[in-house]
Amino acid sequence: MTGPTATAAGWTPSERQLERQAVAARVRRRQRATAALITLVVFGGLALGAVSSPGWDRFADTFLDTGHMRAAFPEVRDAFWTNVKMFLIAEPLILLLGGLVAVTRSTVSPWLTPARILAVVYTDLFRGVPTILVVMVCAFGIPAMQLTGVTNSLFWLTLVALVLSYGAYVAEVIRAGIESVHPTQLASAQALALSRGQAMRHVVLPQALRRVVPPLMNDFVSLQKDTALISAVGVMEALRAASDYGNYNFDYSAYLVAAAFFLVVTVPLARLTDWLAARAARRERGR
Amino acid sequence: MSLLRVEGLRKAYGDRLVLDDVALDIAAHDVVCLIGASGSGKSTLLRCLNLLEPVDDGSIWWDGAEITDPRIDPRAVRREIGMVFQAYNLFPHLTVLENCTLAQTLVHRVSKAAARDRARELLARFGLAAHADAHPDSLSGGQQQRVALVRALCTSPRLLLLDEITAALDPELVGEVLESVRAEAAAGMTMILATHEMAFAREVATTVCFLDGGRILEQGPPERIFGAPEQERTRQFLARVLG
Repeated sequence: MTGPTATAAGWTPSERQLERQAVAARVRRRQRATAALITLVVFGGLALGAVSSPGWDRFADTFLDTGHMRAAFPEVRDAFWTNVKMFLIAEPLILLLGGLVAVTRSTVSPWLTPARILAVVYTDLFRGVPTILVVMVCAFGIPAMQLTGVTNSLFWLTLVALVLSYGAYVAEVIRAGIESVHPTQLASAQALALSRGQAMRHVVLPQALRRVVPPLMNDFVSLQKDTALISAVGVMEALRAASDYGNYNFDYSAYLVAAAFFLVVTVPLARLTDWLAARAARRERGR
Repeated sequence: MSLLRVEGLRKAYGDRLVLDDVALDIAAHDVVCLIGASGSGKSTLLRCLNLLEPVDDGSIWWDGAEITDPRIDPRAVRREIGMVFQAYNLFPHLTVLENCTLAQTLVHRVSKAAARDRARELLARFGLAAHADAHPDSLSGGQQQRVALVRALCTSPRLLLLDEITAALDPELVGEVLESVRAEAAAGMTMILATHEMAFAREVATTVCFLDGGRILEQGPPERIFGAPEQERTRQFLARVLG
């Protein structure tokens, strides 16, 4: 940039500005006090309402027993490790499958026609069927086929089910991202003589993926919770451990322990996602 | 020997005829300015030339070979033709330098280091050296358009297509972009540019084509087109834009 540039240094605010700042500070203080008060009233009221409900004592007895919580903690924690392993392995596979299906659907080569048909049928099928049904079919159906060399481990079979089910959702999210990239981006990539594949890989897909990070993370948080679905076929995981404890001890406090474990992973992930998205946006705007 | 030859080019979008029997003959080092009202077909013509738009009829020869043959690989043509768009169309997720090295490394198989050297050299020549590592959206419109120009020039094209590249810029930024184009013209680059900058067209063009309703109504050296236009439509258009 050329020419004289104004600098921020050496500025003394005017009388009027100081006056304005004082008024603004006063208004801000009042607003903060209002916010604190109304928050206290609303949440206090809700808590009071819950505690004064007729069955509160019974509820507190069966769900909020700290003794049982402490006792159930090790079992639920050990079982929760299965959920963690499940989504840590599943998430990259889902991303890969979803990305592959989404990219396949946007190809034009005649050679890939069967792949395109497969991709459409796959997304329609697995998005339309309840996840728990897929879990059951995979856990019981695949071993029934008695295929040689295919695992009978319920962990891996249910993992396949979750990957198949979530892969369909993620494929649609990524496809929406690909379609949201303005066609002029593809045109300028083509004008530079990039092939369609190169344009997809280097121009369209990076922009598409960046845009779909929030909805993608939404699906991943959802997946982390849905790892509890595998308890339906008898895999020992957090929900199953909590329910075993509850049935054995006639106390449901273990469920809240399991809930806390799920929150401990899903909430920080959501915050991390927001932070990553904000950082990427800042970087592109060069500030 | 002409570098690019167009014969009987026709292009329609639905019922709307955008290009009608367009003929053009361009030799190396020519600077051809396409002028005409918005919607007269200037942009479409440029997009047909590097095969971004399929033509409905007629033919285009590039370097003696017909490129409107469906068996031809459009990439082979685009490798040699650079294009700059009205809305810059830089890749927002890449830095300025990466924008300029992408086609070099992917399409022209230049080594990463050589591509970077080439890009830095051109960026410096266009006064953009300080912005090599910035992302496009942090630059002004004029800077972005000059980056787009550098991106197109990095692969040493034999022909440059410029599609109203100053139309989206503030008046005070138009000058810096035109200065860059002027330098390329002076260096002997063959160019076809669609433009609304009549003074600039008059100064740099070797040939001016006036398009009206998808036809090249009149073409010739700038002195004749601007000084003594033969067609009534050309006279009306020039009277309107030159005021």
